[in-house]
Amino acid sequence: MDLRVPEQEKAFRDEVRTFLEESLTPEIREAGRMVTSVFAPVKEAMAWQRILNDKGWAAPQWPKEFGGTGWSVTQRAIFAEELVRAETPPLVPMGLHMCGPCLIGCGTEEQQKEYLPKILSGEHFWCQGYSEPGSGSDLASLKTFAEKDGDDYILNGTKIWTTYAHYANKMFALVRTNRDDKPQQGITFLLLDMDLPGITIEPIVGLDEVPEQCQVFFDNVRVPQKNRVGEENDGWTVAKYLLTFERGGQEYAPGLNVMLEKIRLMAEKQQTAFGPLTKDPVWQHKFAALEADVLALEFTEMRIKSALSAGKDPGALSSMSKILGTELLQNVTELRIETLGSQSVIWQPQALVPGQEQPVIGPEYALTAMPHYLNSRACSIYGGSNEVQRGIIAKAVLGL
Amino acid sequence: MNFQLSEEQQMLADSAKRFVRDNSDVEKHRQNKKLMPLDAATWQQFADLGWLAVPFEEAHGGLGMGPLETMVLLEALGEGLIMAPYIATVVLGGGFLRQASAAQRAETIPALLEGKLQVAFAAEEYERVFTLENTAMAADLKGSEVVLNGTKSCVMNGDQADLLVVLARTVGQPGDQDGLSLFLVDANAPGVERVAHRTVDGRQGAEIRFNQVKVSEAARIGELNGGYAIARDVLHEGLLALSAESVGSLSVLLNETVEYSKTRQQFGMPIGKFQVLQFRMADMFIAMEQTRSLLLAATLKTVEGHADAAKAVHAMKAQLGRAGRKIAQEAIQIHGGMGMTDELGVGHYVKRVTGVDGLFGNADVHLMAMARSA
Repeated sequence: MDLRVPEQEKAFRDEVRTFLEESLTPEIREAGRMVTSVFAPVKEAMAWQRILNDKGWAAPQWPKEFGGTGWSVTQRAIFAEELVRAETPPLVPMGLHMCGPCLIGCGTEEQQKEYLPKILSGEHFWCQGYSEPGSGSDLASLKTFAEKDGDDYILNGTKIWTTYAHYANKMFALVRTNRDDKPQQGITFLLLDMDLPGITIEPIVGLDEVPEQCQVFFDNVRVPQKNRVGEENDGWTVAKYLLTFERGGQEYAPGLNVMLEKIRLMAEKQQTAFGPLTKDPVWQHKFAALEADVLALEFTEMRIKSALSAGKDPGALSSMSKILGTELLQNVTELRIETLGSQSVIWQPQALVPGQEQPVIGPEYALTAMPHYLNSRACSIYGGSNEVQRGIIAKAVLGL
Repeated sequence: MNFQLSEEQQMLADSAKRFVRDNSDVEKHRQNKKLMPLDAATWQQFADLGWLAVPFEEAHGGLGMGPLETMVLLEALGEGLIMAPYIATVVLGGGFLRQASAAQRAETIPALLEGKLQVAFAAEEYERVFTLENTAMAADLKGSEVVLNGTKSCVMNGDQADLLVVLARTVGQPGDQDGLSLFLVDANAPGVERVAHRTVDGRQGAEIRFNQVKVSEAARIGELNGGYAIARDVLHEGLLALSAESVGSLSVLLNETVEYSKTRQQFGMPIGKFQVLQFRMADMFIAMEQTRSLLLAATLKTVEGHADAAKAVHAMKAQLGRAGRKIAQEAIQIHGGMGMTDELGVGHYVKRVTGVDGLFGNADVHLMAMARSA
């Protein structure tokens, strides 16, 4: 065991830095600075994806034959780190990190050929049709029904918390094809076009006043059976495969480290009656506790990546990293609003829209703090709530 | 010892609860997504109900009540998330005006009671962790006049205020209690520039810049360099009111979460049947009751003039921050995605409680003040 970084990987870091320096436009950089969610402003995130794709770097985690980079685990970690260090807007994950890996693992060759290149290029913008109003943590109880009719399925029902459905032209969805079996056994995984007749999309405004989520309604929507991934009634297997990517594929520590460093710089500017806030023992204590947690998470995430690269299923470890990553993100955004005091109470969401010439009231560095704090409360709810994740650990790891 | 409301207090509570039942502001929080003018009709209603007169002496046209009655009223308003600037104008503004000279009182209090005067306390400053003694903005003596230069931040109700109470430093350094002075400044005076903004909790405030603003001696409240004690006492009454209001909001967050957990079905049963959520809601309840206890402790000690009243006020604001954080976060988590929406009331209560911690020093600031107040 060691932590040495081979020479060629230092050179790789330089290569990435040079590329980022040369290819990030001012608009993309601004969007990256204004991020208050795991989802970046769409226009700039997609522009950034196109630049990365031209370089062949849009999906480093994909196998090389499907358009991945063939990098080592360490190189991928370096790349991810440099992206957050340069404050690039995170890429929209539904295609690149969810649907793509899922098709690589479970799709037919025809589906792979049809969809993967367009995921990389951004031509297809995917959304995820999983949750329903009555099926959140208990996802397997979902009711949207797909009835067979000739070569098609006819869909009726509704999906909710569908991130960016109002921007998407494709959806991957879990639908019920059998009501008689155990709930998990009657589910099928479908791909569909968002412009099909019978689909209605209603954006949902969040606490940050941004319509990031949507509810999607299906009224006799006709979807070809060839758009099925995996076998009929076997969609739960496909979904579980995908969830491993949704939960385990993400790395939180690099972003958290960047946020912590920025909070430290902010705290240095805040004067107490006894000097800068960074000299205040209470603040120091809180900050150090988070630094320790994030360092631990960094190594937990490396252990997961190392298991993945050895071809092992990270299994319940991905539940652990989801719990840690989301809750630390929440704690870090909380320390940020506490560091800023009343400056974080000023509310100007319009100033967060990239390209707006809106003058910022108060320190510019305070602008994202409150919207991000509020938005991050969703992280412990989505992607399988943290209660569900703890249940998985209790059952799968501890055997309870 | 007696924690029962008097007949008069009970009447005030009943009238406030009736008002809130008919006039909850949750819908307004949902709709207002830009700067709005003061809701003059509601404010007039407050005047007509006699609420603006609560903390003023009868000699000034008031009802001769105090922090206990304000507590009763504000707790009810907090349940309805009523956004009328009562604390800024009546509790803080009124608190300062009661300390002002006879001439100043005669000029302002009648108008305030009629609902014709809005007040704001300009205290906080950018990049300064809020405590009164940490005030840096300069007020320079020029003969009998004082000249104000600098910027006050996040002045609640600062956008609507006709009259500003400005806390500024006449001598000494940030950290000194001595050397602070209080001035009444016309919000439309030459050299006063206001940039209005919304606040996270659906209310409004302003950044207020003072550029060579001349203030006469007659506009000072209290002694020159001796503003600290007045500011502290009035601020503490404001914190009592803010906490009372928040206790009302916290009780709604708790109740709505419990009710939701009884109706939301997952895994074939209401989620409220899951022990993991029951324990957490029990903890929310405990946190809320502890906050209510500290509110009573701080309010009663203040009213009765106990030596440790200030310490209790700090304890209360700290508890409000910590309990508010916990209750708000759990309310969202237990509501799931619905708790993250603009549509449900829960999120608006969460935003108010979160904003309140950030105002006039958060939990950490007040714990530190408590430790230092011995």
